[in-house]
Order: sequence, then C-alpha cells, then structure tokens
Amino acid sequence: MHGNLEPTILSRTGTMTARKSLVISLYFAIAFTISPLFSFAQEHEQEKGSLQEAEEEFNATEMIMHHIGDSHGWHFFGEGDSSVTLPLPVILYTENGLVSFMSSEFHHDTEGHHVVEKDGMRFVNLHEDIYRLDAGAEAVEFDAEHHPVNASKPWDLSITKNVAAMFLTVILMLIFFTSLARHHKKHKHAPKGFNNALETLVLFVRDDIALPQIGEKKYMKFMPFLLTVFFFIWITNLMGLLPGAANVTGNIAVTVSLGLFTLAMIVFNGNKDYWKHTFWMPGIPTFVKPILAIVEGLGIFIKPIALMIRLFANITAGHIIILSLIGLIFILENAGIAGVSVPFALFITVLELLVAFLQAFIFTMLSALFIGMAVEEHEHH
Amino acid sequence: MDLITPEIGLFFWQTIVFLILLFLMAKFAWKPILSSVRNREQSINDALASAENARKEMQNLKSDNEQLMKEARAERDAILREARELKEKTIASASEEAKAKADKIVADAMKSIEIEKQSAMAELKNQVAELSVEIAEKIVRKELSSEKEQHQMIEKMLGDAKLN
Repeated sequence: MHGNLEPTILSRTGTMTARKSLVISLYFAIAFTISPLFSFAQEHEQEKGSLQEAEEEFNATEMIMHHIGDSHGWHFFGEGDSSVTLPLPVILYTENGLVSFMSSEFHHDTEGHHVVEKDGMRFVNLHEDIYRLDAGAEAVEFDAEHHPVNASKPWDLSITKNVAAMFLTVILMLIFFTSLARHHKKHKHAPKGFNNALETLVLFVRDDIALPQIGEKKYMKFMPFLLTVFFFIWITNLMGLLPGAANVTGNIAVTVSLGLFTLAMIVFNGNKDYWKHTFWMPGIPTFVKPILAIVEGLGIFIKPIALMIRLFANITAGHIIILSLIGLIFILENAGIAGVSVPFALFITVLELLVAFLQAFIFTMLSALFIGMAVEEHEHH
Repeated sequence: MDLITPEIGLFFWQTIVFLILLFLMAKFAWKPILSSVRNREQSINDALASAENARKEMQNLKSDNEQLMKEARAERDAILREARELKEKTIASASEEAKAKADKIVADAMKSIEIEKQSAMAELKNQVAELSVEIAEKIVRKELSSEKEQHQMIEKMLGDAKLN
C-alpha cells in the first residue's frame, strides 16, 4: 500500500511546485512586457506638460527620509498648498519663554521661506527643524553648505507627528485595557471576543516573558512596566504600518527613551549581588576583577543601547524597504514596475506585521531578562 | 531632522507620555486585570482540586460500599448455612429421641406383659393345684371308703411310682 502511495504524492507535489514557478515566471514576463506600454502612456502624459512638478527629478532619498522622519504637521496627501495636512501645535522654548503656534502657520513650507512672527520673534521651518531668526533678520540666509547663518535652533518641544501618533497609541491602549479591566471588575469568568484576545496577550507577557525570566517571586513588581512596554511598542509598530502613519518606534529619540526606562529598571532594582557580580566578580583571580569590572560596567549601558538600536533599526529598515520598492516605480518612471514592486512591498508589509510583534516581544523579553539578572538571588557557595 | 540624532523634543514627550501611560495603565488596567486573572486561576485550581477530591471520595465510597456488600453477602451465606445445619441437626436428634422413646415404651410394655403373664400363670397353677387337691380329696374320700379300695389305691400309686 505505502509503496504505491508515496511516489504519486511526490510526483504531485513536484508538478505543483513546477506549476507555481511557471505562474511566477509568467507573471514577471507579463509585467515586463507590458511595462513599456505604461511608460509610453506616461511619456505621452508628460509631453502635455500639464504637471510641472512631475518634470522635476524624483529624489528617492528625500522621499524616504521625509516619510520615516518626524514632522510638525501630519501630512496625508497632496503637494504644496493643495496638500491635506493636520496642523499640530509647535511649542518652542526660547530665552523669552515658551512660544506656541499651529504648524499650519508655516503654510506647508519646509524650505525656510515662510517666516512666522510670534511674540516679537521670527521662526522658519527648515527641513522640519524650527529655526529662530536672529534679531533684525527678515529672511533666512544660507552659507555654501546650505546651513542657515543668521538663525539658531530653540528647544523644540512641539507636538510633532510622532508625538501625536504616540498620543493615539496611548488613547487606544487606555480604551482597550480599561475595557478589559471593566470586564474583570464586573465578572469572574473569562472575557469573550476582543477582550479575550487582549487577555491572552497579557497572559503571554506574564507566562512567557516575565515568569521565566524574572521568576515566581519577583515578577509581579515588573509586570506593569513589561506590559506597558510590550503593548506600547506593538501597537505603535502596527499603527506605523498604516498608510500615512508616523514612524514612532523607528525614531531613535523614542527608542532611546524606552531603552533608558529599561536601564532605570535595572539600576534601581539591581540587588547587592548584582552589583557585586558586576564590579567585583567573585570566584576569579583578583587581577582579572578590575578588567571584568570595566567590561561589565560597559555592559550595563550596552544592554539598553542594543535594545534601542535593535528596535529603531528594525522598524526603520522595514519602512525603508517598503518605501524603496514603491520608489522604484518613480525612479524608473515606469508604471509597469508596480506589477513587481507592489506585490513585493505587500510581502514586506506582511513580514512587517510579524516584525512589529517580534520587536515588541524581543524588547520586552530582553528587558525582562536584564531585570531578571539584576534581581536574581545567587546561591552562596 | 537627522535619522540617528535623537531629538530632544520627541525624547521629552516620549518620556513624559510613557511615564503617564505606565502610571495610568498600572493603576486602571494592569492591576485589576492581573489580580482578577490570578483570582480566576486560583479558583480554577481550587475547583480542579476539589473535583479531584470528590472523585477520590466517590471512589472510596464505592469501594466501601462494595466491601460492605461483600461482607453482607458472606454473612447472609453464613447465616443460611448455619440455619440449614441447625435444622438438619434438630431433625436428626428429634427422630433419634423419638425412636429411643418408642423402643423404651415397647420394651416396658413387653416387660409388664411378661410379668402379668407369669403372675397369671402362677395364679392359674395355684388354682389348678387347689382344684386338683380338692378333686383328689373328694376322689380319695370316695375311693377310700372301703379297705379294699384303699389297698388297691396304694398299689396303683406304687405302680405309678415305679413307672416314674
């Protein structure tokens, strides 16, 4: 019986893979054959000269940096004056105190042309950096390297696109989890539907991250931190995948802050044993101890730095890949490329869904691991 | 805005927002959720343990019952056997006794019959003897009325004696 069955199954899977690869190669062939037609249509369109801006050379780096960077307004679509942007408050701390106005006062200008006057001070938006013009200056002047010469940067505490997106995550988290908490206050049984999914994730953080890394005795103290970090990163990552959304967790300032929280948890909760093992490791020759103390001392800072770089780099890299694949269409000025790059971008986006969870998990997992190491009680021998 | 230079504004907001979020979530979400989940797990564990206990108790009860049944059955069998033995014994002893009594009665009866018979025979003998003596007296009186006859008689008797 088995001898008869196996060859048929093998041959069937063999033909299936062959068919699949045939379909894929056909798809590519079609995409590339019809692409000249699209480019012809595009050229024809351009010949009409209806859009002056389309003639300008497309700068992929600028486009990508614009999309992964922070900005003072939440831009959705459109160009220049016709673009649709949610204005956000600009808050600046100058020598004369706090100054605030809406980002819309710049009128979508990021080249430093439009000067906003407020409280007797003049401000310009130069590539999303707010500069304050020196007293008496009417317009920003540049040196040879395109650096402004007559303006300085005040402390910029604006509610930028990333801060607004962060608020959105906070609001979502509060809505989701207070709803789950409400259920738990009212009922004793397990919740249903979305709340059940949330509870499963909460239990995942508890049973698969906190408990194994920190241990039965002390994990409860760190649960709020770990849960907050996990859900903040995960929800923000997912929100960042939406079109037009901000790249919050792919911004180094955000990950630096999160990494410092982990560092603070380690430093403030490290017990005597931990510090002893860090700076005066027992059980090794004395002359090695100072060397190891330097290594371990550096390690305290390297751990959170690795955390912040990992999260920042992973999320930013994902966004850059997607933007590059889409940018390919405009670089090659060929709509047919979309047939290849859009499925690729879709594939990467799906991958990013996984990465969004994975990075939240890794950040929380490693934070728990480091905290676990800091509060571990060593057996004295 | 550079890619790898942290902006102080965003860092500031991230820190403030995260601290507030941590506080709010810890107070209004994590604490009630975690404590309720723990209570639920505790109650589930308790319920499982008590179910296990109940199951064990049931098993114990069942085996107890079986033991009792077995014992009761054995006792019944013993009682029945004893009763049967007793009955048989009673019957046997009663019949023996009856037989002995009957035998005794028969023996007594036989003995008294024998005694009666002997006494009757003795009386009969006496009467026969008396009658014979009377008869003999009468005959002798009549026979021996003459001398001749007396001689004859003596002779005859002597003749008989010789015969004996």
